[in-house]
Amino acid sequence: MAQNVLKVVDIKKSFAGVEALKGVSLEIAPGEIHCLAGENGCGKSTLIKIISGVYEPNSGQIEFSGKVHTKITPIEAIMNGIQVIYQDFSVFPNLSVMENLAFNSELANKHKLVNVKRMRKIAKEAIARINFEVDLDAKVETLSVANKQLVAICRALMFGAKLIIMDEPTTALTRKEVNSLFKIILDLKAQGIATLFVSHKLDEVFEISERFTIIRSGEKIITGNTSELDNKKFTFYMTGREFDDLAFTPKSIVGDPVMEVKDLSLSGYFEDINFSLHKGEILGLTGLLGSGRTELALSLFGMRKADKGTIRIKGKNVVLDSVRSAMENGIGYVPEDRLSEGLFLPRGIGDNVVISEIDSLANRIGVLDKARKQKEIDRWVEELSIATPNPDNACSTLSGGNQQRIVLAKWLSREPDVLILNGPTMGVDIGSKHDIHLILEKLADKGMALIIISDDIPEILSTCSKIMIMKNGRITATLNPKETNTQELSQYMM
Amino acid sequence: MPQIIKKLTQKTETYIFLVLLALSFIIELRSGQFFTSNNLVDLASAMIVPGLFAIGEFMVIVSGGFDVSFPALASLSVYATTSTLLNAGYTGNIWLPILMVVVIGAVLGAFNGFLIAFFELPPFIVTLGTASVFKGIMQGVLASRQLATIPKGMSSFGTSALFIAKNAKSGLTSRMPVAILVLVIVLVLVFLLLYKTMFGRGIYAIGGNASSAFRAGFNVRRIKFFLYVGVGVISSLAGLIRVCMMTQCHPTNMLGMEMMIIAGVVLGGTAISGGAGTLTGCMLGTAMIVIVQNSLILLGVPTFWQECFLGLLILIGTGISATQVMRSTKMGNMKKLRRAE
Repeated sequence: MAQNVLKVVDIKKSFAGVEALKGVSLEIAPGEIHCLAGENGCGKSTLIKIISGVYEPNSGQIEFSGKVHTKITPIEAIMNGIQVIYQDFSVFPNLSVMENLAFNSELANKHKLVNVKRMRKIAKEAIARINFEVDLDAKVETLSVANKQLVAICRALMFGAKLIIMDEPTTALTRKEVNSLFKIILDLKAQGIATLFVSHKLDEVFEISERFTIIRSGEKIITGNTSELDNKKFTFYMTGREFDDLAFTPKSIVGDPVMEVKDLSLSGYFEDINFSLHKGEILGLTGLLGSGRTELALSLFGMRKADKGTIRIKGKNVVLDSVRSAMENGIGYVPEDRLSEGLFLPRGIGDNVVISEIDSLANRIGVLDKARKQKEIDRWVEELSIATPNPDNACSTLSGGNQQRIVLAKWLSREPDVLILNGPTMGVDIGSKHDIHLILEKLADKGMALIIISDDIPEILSTCSKIMIMKNGRITATLNPKETNTQELSQYMM
Repeated sequence: MPQIIKKLTQKTETYIFLVLLALSFIIELRSGQFFTSNNLVDLASAMIVPGLFAIGEFMVIVSGGFDVSFPALASLSVYATTSTLLNAGYTGNIWLPILMVVVIGAVLGAFNGFLIAFFELPPFIVTLGTASVFKGIMQGVLASRQLATIPKGMSSFGTSALFIAKNAKSGLTSRMPVAILVLVIVLVLVFLLLYKTMFGRGIYAIGGNASSAFRAGFNVRRIKFFLYVGVGVISSLAGLIRVCMMTQCHPTNMLGMEMMIIAGVVLGGTAISGGAGTLTGCMLGTAMIVIVQNSLILLGVPTFWQECFLGLLILIGTGISATQVMRSTKMGNMKKLRRAE
């Protein structure tokens, strides 16, 4: 077997007495595609920073191509062929592609003056390596996210890279862009360049990697071949818990629909949308970027009034032209970006929970009834099992999953008839994701009607009782999740 | 040809230039005095000091920083130079004053640079603080007062003319000061520095993304440090030229100029968030401010309206920058939305 590109042995690292890594080892062979997975905060990023020389480990050793180091600087890591592509790509948005590509080598060669000819040559060679076509004079800020990433990859390849570490490279990419990124990773493999792919998305782990390492709470749980891994094992290694992913079956769908939508249109976004929703149902709404699904959700919550068509709530025609009107009609909405849109992060957990029903907690002259407020807070913290020592703590102290639960609590406290959730488990790790699904199913069983908008096809298949697929602003299919599969869903989406 | 026009329409500078032209024609229409040779020479002469200040401020803003200390810095270094030379009874030429003012400017700039580059303190706060310190040293330690005379070498430099323009109609004459050469030389040097050296590209790179610049191998601290040293030198030169041209040293005369200069730089399309802007735009924006200041006199506009008009320009200038920032955050939000979908 060839010499390993990278070998780290028994790395330990602690910050202010907290152990972030408790003796992690990792080996990567030339040309290997290795996936490093783990839940948020498990120590993945710390490990990468140690490999790239940003942090110094407390103990353990690092070998680059068989050469042992106990301590490395970022420059040494680069000299040894280790390149990291950060989530922000480390590009200069205000400068040209050419400058972005050429700066590193110009600086490494200690050139003091700008030589456009030489820089253009360097840049051309760099993009040629992965057959990337781009205008070298374009400013990087005008490029798409995927192209910015390619600029970063080209730049990384220039220094005789042997291992490229990609930190959650697919987060901001569309499915098509992910496919072309994977193609490039395979090309690199053919050139003998190894890739360490950091991700917590399991479909990606299965698709691209040959071997995997899973870290949990600073400890290496397992290293193995991806071919021996399955969904269930992956989840177990990541979380240390076992989940049964039984598909959701609505308990009882009876009576008249709680929401009926007829011929709803918003010019330029969606057209002729028809569906009905019963108590206890979970409707999954999916489609590609620009299919109109987000706009439809916003219209149902009164944020963008539809031009045409009718919405009936409990048999009564309603006009939804503002968030207030939607709320008065018993509709709740949990936004997709929970951090920026859903929560007052610096405020207390309790305050966030009761904010949407705050007017109902006031007494006749408008002063807040403290005792009643506290009762409400206690009720929801308990009901949603939010892990916090004190509901007065700021929301920003909670993990992603717990924050998502608070957004839920905010809306549930109004007890809506229809709850719309946009990407409810985006950026949430597997364990919390599972918990959120359980909560949603419980709510449906109690008689609430839910609409889930999601890209995550496995999530839609396992949590929903009905699936609607949108394309170019129209509904292309309405399916029963029990009688369909991933392939069929994608066909209707493309 | 259409290619060039398309490129021009995408540049902020084109629009500033058009506005500048429109403004000039309005003044010409109302006064008939704008496009006379002596007025143009007067304007060029009035551009020297603000132009130099603007070049320094421009570089700082491109690097993502902010400097409000340069008028105080210039005042201190030029006052120290002038009063020392007066006390020594200096009678020589301009070169020694230039050397002194440059050295003092570099030291004071290094003080700014040290705090900003090595302690990573926010530039706005640092320069706000050092501005007071510089002013305090000048007024307290040096006990500054108005110096009615300055060394002969300085006043003759300030009043010597490159050429003299005569208005055929009115018979008025205006001198083009030799000092305009300083502005031209500094402009050329800074242009070469910004576009032809890795140091200059580093200034842009830091303004674009400082942590990326560090990862790419730029010596961020050193670049920032020498940037503020350079700005100290350029500002002090501007201060010296102002004193020479006025042939007297009024210590507080330059204080308060910073807002006007910043407005000019921002009007010229320099992004207040750093990383974007051109020297051409910076000069055009400054020219706009200078023209408004000088030419409203031609229109017979009372001075208090001038103040008001300048204030409006500052609001427009910062408004443009604010909408730029808003637009870019809006784009950021769009990206977030995309990611969510």
